[in-house]
Amino acid sequence: MHKIYSILFLAISLLIPALLLSQPAGPIEMADGLRSSGKIYVVVAVMVTLFSGLVIYIISLDRKISKLEKESNQNHS
Amino acid sequence: MIQKTWWKILAVILLLYAIIGGLLLPVPRLPIVNESIRNLYYHVPMWFGMMVIMTVSVVNAIRYLSTKNLLYDIRSGAYANTGIILGFLGLVTGAIWANYAWGAPWSNDIKQILAAIALLIYLAYFVLRSSIDDMDKKARVSAVYNIFAYAMLFPTLFILPRLYDSLHPGGEGNPALSQQDIDPTMRIVFWPAVLGWTLLSVWITTLFVRYRKILDKTILHA
Repeated sequence: MHKIYSILFLAISLLIPALLLSQPAGPIEMADGLRSSGKIYVVVAVMVTLFSGLVIYIISLDRKISKLEKESNQNHS
Repeated sequence: MIQKTWWKILAVILLLYAIIGGLLLPVPRLPIVNESIRNLYYHVPMWFGMMVIMTVSVVNAIRYLSTKNLLYDIRSGAYANTGIILGFLGLVTGAIWANYAWGAPWSNDIKQILAAIALLIYLAYFVLRSSIDDMDKKARVSAVYNIFAYAMLFPTLFILPRLYDSLHPGGEGNPALSQQDIDPTMRIVFWPAVLGWTLLSVWITTLFVRYRKILDKTILHA
């Protein structure tokens, strides 16, 4: 059980410094419009969806291989 | 450790953070690269990940040579396979970025040329593997070649680029590792991204190794 806590702790401790930052202002052109209009979240949502789909696919492959491993162990022993 | 699931969960959390944080967290305002500075979170971890994966590959090659256990040969080949995919993704993403930052996808930059050479040396590893039918001979020859290919990563990726002028930043010192090259605000996304991509690569490689172990079960236990 405390393995899960240590994962959570690691994940959270990696995220905390991100919350403490503030945006510096400057004359150099950045995608500020995209950010202030909130459309950047559309891009984030699309990328997160794509990545989640790939992860779900890898998980299903992982499970299928686990099943094959079990079957092949039973056949040989 | 490799059979557990916690590091797979960690890989997914870190990469989700790298995607979301990489797009939303503030970055330094710099001329020329502007917003494309965020590519650092996606392009550079490919090369860091490749170095880790290739190290695992060469360690398994050495273990094969000392034990003659074919399982290590399967692992060594599988990790080299994943490593070269990371390398090609690094090269392609670099070319896309270079098209905007340097004005052309390929500028014959010293690091571009030598990275391509390093990948070609590894491509020869796969030609070698697929051209020998005898399993033990294939394992032995490819393990020896793997050590050579790994050794060539150091002059091509680390030593020679520093002797010439490069368009890449951080030519004088350790790129991405020294204090000057990466702004502290970017480090908090960059290192989790490196770890995340490395763990995801290991995960995908273990799937391939497990699949090969099932296929070659009779040979491995002979």
